[in-house]
Amino acid sequence: MCLAIPGKIESITGDDPLSRMGRINFGGIVKEASLAYVPEAKVGNYVIVHAGFALSRVDEDEAQKVFEYLKQMEELDDLKEAGP
Amino acid sequence: MKFLDEYRDGELAHQLAREIHRITTRPWNIMEVCGGQTHAIVKFGIDELLPKNITLIHGPGCPVCVTPLEVIDKALEIAARPNVIFTSFGDMLRVPGSTTDLLSVKAGGGDVRIVYSPLDAVKLAEQNPSKEVVFLGVGFETTAPATGMAVFQAAQKGLKNFSMLISHVLVPPAIEALMSSPNCRVQAFLAAGHVCAVMGYEEYFPLAAKYHVPIVVTGFEPMDILQGLLMTVQQLESGRAEVENQYSRSVRREGNQPAQELMRKVFKVVPRKWRGLGEIPQSGLGLNEAYSAFDAEKRFGLTDHHVEEPTECIAGLVLQGLKKPHECPAFGTRCTPEHPFGATMVSSEGACAAYYRYRRNN
Repeated sequence: MCLAIPGKIESITGDDPLSRMGRINFGGIVKEASLAYVPEAKVGNYVIVHAGFALSRVDEDEAQKVFEYLKQMEELDDLKEAGP
Repeated sequence: MKFLDEYRDGELAHQLAREIHRITTRPWNIMEVCGGQTHAIVKFGIDELLPKNITLIHGPGCPVCVTPLEVIDKALEIAARPNVIFTSFGDMLRVPGSTTDLLSVKAGGGDVRIVYSPLDAVKLAEQNPSKEVVFLGVGFETTAPATGMAVFQAAQKGLKNFSMLISHVLVPPAIEALMSSPNCRVQAFLAAGHVCAVMGYEEYFPLAAKYHVPIVVTGFEPMDILQGLLMTVQQLESGRAEVENQYSRSVRREGNQPAQELMRKVFKVVPRKWRGLGEIPQSGLGLNEAYSAFDAEKRFGLTDHHVEEPTECIAGLVLQGLKKPHECPAFGTRCTPEHPFGATMVSSEGACAAYYRYRRNN
């Protein structure tokens, strides 16, 4: 029920903050969603959408962190295996 | 899809699981609060990647499951009336009330419609001024900004034929209720990522401190859940009980401020019954006085309608982690997703339904 899907904002209509709508592309499927709760979101940003509302802008730097962490872990393992 | 598929990488998921194995020295019971996470755990077999001494307890975070019987009965009663267009999210249509479900009311001639967003229901009210349009507003904090905005817009537009049957629930009071139970086995929580996208996670700090439990805000993809579990086990093994945020790509500490502001305008905190758990104080949202004209219970005169839950169902024990679904004698025989006895079999996000669907007997 709390399913929310990330999609990319393709275009924005409306100026009033409460009625701003975006066309959001979810991997090829495009749907309209309210941008009332993400006033800072711009075309090209990714947002997570639930029940027709964008709830949060996806932070692309934060999104990479787990991959960086795993890469570091792997390098550390390699280092250990290589020995002194 | 970007920000989805890359978090399903099997090799990287196994790398996280290996790290959990490496650091786990003792048995731990960890509850994932959200039904969406329960579904992902059982579907992707995440629990099978974990050390044997880590037990996942499937929490009450399935709004479809915990919506009390009497709310469903009220929905059925309203939906069956002539001149009503009854609207709901699709997953509420099969939820059984005392005698029937919304799908059967629809088959019997009721005008029941599935909408993707509560705003679609507002549109229907504008397009059908001679009909009463009612929306069944269930869900956690994730969904409340959507239903709240529907009521807010209906008021702005001066719509007299729109109302909402509301049964919103809140996560922190449910955690408090679980932790204060003398039988509680939960030692740490994965908090629900999308609830926190709206509310932030400051309200979890006092809970982590009071009950000395780690709480890690966690996303929904396999790598999210495994990383959330890794962070949780790291805390448990080192004796820490902090609030941490695994799902930082979508969750900020303060949450979504415009959404919270709208919620404060429209809703007030109320006591709420949870199917399977009973009434929990201050655990729900209802319309506040300024918007009470949009309350479907008042409009249709249903405020005094109360129903008792069937006693055979052990959903309450499952939701507290005291029983696994297959330990119920009715599981998979008399109780199935087609004919559920109670909360946890009702929706695909409920623990019993997830076990039934993926055929797990352990």
